[in-house]
Amino acid sequence: MSAPLSAAQMAGASPVAMPADIERAARRVERRQTFSAAMLVLPLIVLIAFAFLIPVGLLLFKSIDNPVVAEGLPETLIALQSWSPADGLPSDAAYLGLKRDIEKAKANGSLGVIGARLNQDTPGARSLLQATGRKLDAVTDADPRQAFITIDKRWGEPEIFGAIRNAGDRYTFNYYLNALDLTRNTAGDIIAKPEGQRLHINLFIRTVWVSALTAFVCFLLAYPIAYLLAHLPARRANLLMIVVLLPFWTSILVRITSWIALLQKQGVVNDALASLGVIGEAGRLALIYNMTGTIIVGTHILLPFFVLPLYSVMKTVNPNLVRAATSLGASPFTAFRRVYFPLTVPGIFAGSSLVFILCTGYFITPALVGGQNGQLISNIIAYHMQQSLNWGLAAALSTLLLVMIGIVYFLYTRLVRDQR
Amino acid sequence: MKTIFRILLGSIGFAACAAAAQAEGTVTVVSWGGLYTQVQTTSFYEPFGKATGITVKSEDWNGNLGQIRAQVDAKNVTWDVVIGDSAFAKKGCEEGFLEKIDASVTQGMENDFLPGSITDCGVASVVWGYVIGYDERKVQGKPTSVADFFDLQKFPGKRALPKRPESTLEFALMADGVPAKDVYTVLATPEGVDRAFKKLDTIKGDVVWWEAGAQPPQLLNDGEVTMAVSFAARLVGPILDDKKPFGILYDGMLYDLDTWMIPLGSPHKKEAQEFIRFASAPERLAELATRAGYAPARPSAIALVGKHPTANVDMKQYMMTNPENLTNAQRIDAQFWSDNLDDLKERFNAWLAQ
Repeated sequence: MSAPLSAAQMAGASPVAMPADIERAARRVERRQTFSAAMLVLPLIVLIAFAFLIPVGLLLFKSIDNPVVAEGLPETLIALQSWSPADGLPSDAAYLGLKRDIEKAKANGSLGVIGARLNQDTPGARSLLQATGRKLDAVTDADPRQAFITIDKRWGEPEIFGAIRNAGDRYTFNYYLNALDLTRNTAGDIIAKPEGQRLHINLFIRTVWVSALTAFVCFLLAYPIAYLLAHLPARRANLLMIVVLLPFWTSILVRITSWIALLQKQGVVNDALASLGVIGEAGRLALIYNMTGTIIVGTHILLPFFVLPLYSVMKTVNPNLVRAATSLGASPFTAFRRVYFPLTVPGIFAGSSLVFILCTGYFITPALVGGQNGQLISNIIAYHMQQSLNWGLAAALSTLLLVMIGIVYFLYTRLVRDQR
Repeated sequence: MKTIFRILLGSIGFAACAAAAQAEGTVTVVSWGGLYTQVQTTSFYEPFGKATGITVKSEDWNGNLGQIRAQVDAKNVTWDVVIGDSAFAKKGCEEGFLEKIDASVTQGMENDFLPGSITDCGVASVVWGYVIGYDERKVQGKPTSVADFFDLQKFPGKRALPKRPESTLEFALMADGVPAKDVYTVLATPEGVDRAFKKLDTIKGDVVWWEAGAQPPQLLNDGEVTMAVSFAARLVGPILDDKKPFGILYDGMLYDLDTWMIPLGSPHKKEAQEFIRFASAPERLAELATRAGYAPARPSAIALVGKHPTANVDMKQYMMTNPENLTNAQRIDAQFWSDNLDDLKERFNAWLAQ
C-alpha cells in the first residue's frame, strides 16, 4: 500500500485503512464547521461593511464627486470648452447656452443647488443666478451677451465664466486644492489662496501638535496610575479602577462644563490660588478658552484610553524579571529603566495611538473651551458638514486627516519597532 | 426556537402598530430647546394637542442644516416642522430641501405680519436678536452704544462674542461709526470687510468666543466677562426669573425672524401646516412673548403681550419690536449672508487662527 495516508489514517486510531466515504464524511463535518464559523462572524463583517467601510468609501468618493455644475449647466460648459479668459468675454453661444441651462434648472428646481455650488468659489454667485433666473425673459437671440450684462454687470466679467468652468468637471480635485489652501484662478491655473484666507494647513499642523501634546500629558499621568493599578492589592486596585472609569459614565458635556466651572477666571482653581495669596487678583490665570484649556480637558477625557491598555500590559509583566535584575546588582532605577519600562512599551504605544487618534477627531471640546486658538481641523469639518453643507470640502478635509493620521501612525510604529 | 420566532413576530407586529399609531396623530416639531422650547410647549404644542387631537412630539436641534438635508437626501424624513433662522428657510427653499408652504396656512393673516415674514418655504413666528448684555455690578456707569462695547479703556474687562462672522462683523462696523441701516452696504465692499476686521483686532485679545446661546449669560454670571453679545431672550430669562443684575443695551441690535419650515417629503405635511397656522394665532404668540420675551412676528399679537407671570413686569419693554429698542437696529440680511458666508467664514476662521 503506497497510497498517501488520509487525514483519518494519520489521526490513526485504527491500523485498518479508512473507507473513502468515512473520509468524505469527515470532510463534510469540517466544511460544516467552517461554514458555521463563517456564519458566526458574518454579522460582524456585515456590520463593519455597512457601518464603516461603505460610509468611509462614500465619504472618500464625495471629495472628488462634483456633479452639480456638470449636470446643471451642460450647454454652457460645452460652449466654454475652447474659451480662455484671455479672449475676453465668451461667445454669444455661451450666453445662449447659459440661458437654456438656467431655464431648465429653474424648471426642475436645481438652480439653488447650482448657485450654492458656484457660491463656494465665487461669493455672490448664488444671488446672481437667482436674480438672473427671475429676469431671463429679457434675453433674446439678438444680443444675449448685452441682455445678460443688463441683468447684472457681473455677466460682463470673465471671472464668473472662469468659475463656472473650474467647477464644471464631473470629477474634481478642487476640494483637495481648497483643503490645502490652494485655489484656481480664472484661467484654471492652481495658485495659493490670498494671505488672509489660508487656514487649513495651519489647523492640520495645530491638530497634530495638540493631539501629540495631549497624548504626552496623558502618558505622564497614566503611567503611574496604571502602575498602581497593576501592583496594588486587588481590593484597592478595584477601587482605583472605578475611579479611573467613573468619567466614562458621565456625559462629555457635563465633564466639559465642570471644567469650565473649575478653570475659569472666577473659578475654583483661581479662587483657591488667590485666597492662598499665590496669585494676585489681577494675576488670575487664563486656564480656559485657550490652548491650555483644550489640552487640560482633552487629557481628562482621554486619560482612561491610555490607562487601560497600559494596565493590561503591565499586568502581564512577570515581577520575577525585575527581582532577578535587582538580585544581579541593578539599582531599582536601573531595573525599572532596563527591564520593566521596555516591557511596557507596547502598552504606551497602544495608549498613545488611541489618545492621539481620538484627539484629532474631537470637536466638542475645542469648540467649548478652546477659545480663538484652540480651534482644530475637526471644527472646520463639522462646520462644513452641518452649516455650509459643503460636503465635498468636508470630505476632502476628512480624507486628508485620515491620510495624515495614517502617515503619523506608520512613522510611529516604525519608531517603536526600532526602539525594541 | 418556535417561541422565539413567535415573540419576534409579535414584537414586529407591535412595532408596526406603534408606528401606525404614531403616523395617525403626531407631528414632530423641532426647535432650539431650553426655556424657549419649554414655553413653546405650553404656548403652542399642548394647546394644539387639545384643539386637534394631534400630539406634538418635541425634538431639539442646534441649527445643523445638514440634519435636514441628510433626511431629505436619504428620503427618510422624520421631522415635520422645524423652526430656525429666516436664512435657513431661504437656503432650504433655493436648494430644494424644504416644502413650499400653502398660501392657505396664512390665509387672512397676510397683512398682519412684519415685512418679509411669509416666504415660499417659511412662516415667521417670533423675532429674535443679538443685543449687548452687561454686568451692572462690574460696569462703571451705563454703556450707551456699540462703541462702548469695543472701548476697553472706558469699560475695562473681557467681552463675549459669538464665534461666527454673522453679527460680529456688523457690530464691529457699528462700533466704528457706521449707522445700523448702512452696515450691509459697507460690509459688501472689500474695504468694509477690512474695516470690520481692523476694529475687531482692537479687542481680539480680550474676547471670549462663544458657540452656544446658553454661554453668554453664563459667562456674565460667572464674572468671566463684563459685556457680552447675546441673544436678547437669553438675558431676559435670567433677569426676570433669577433676578440677575444684567443690563441690556439695544443700540445696534441685529434681529431676525425665527421661522417655521417643513422638510421636503415630511410624512405629515398636512398636520404640519395645520400646526403652523395654529401657532401663528395672536393669542398663542402673545403667550409665548409674555413668558419668554420673544416679540411676536404679528403686530396684532404684540398688543396682547402682558405682564411676566412671576416678575410682574410689563413684557412690552423687552420686545425687540418696541420702537424704543429699534432706534439703531438692523434686520440681519439673509441675502447678504447667503452670498457671502462661505467666503467671510473662511476669512473669519483664518483671522481667529492667526
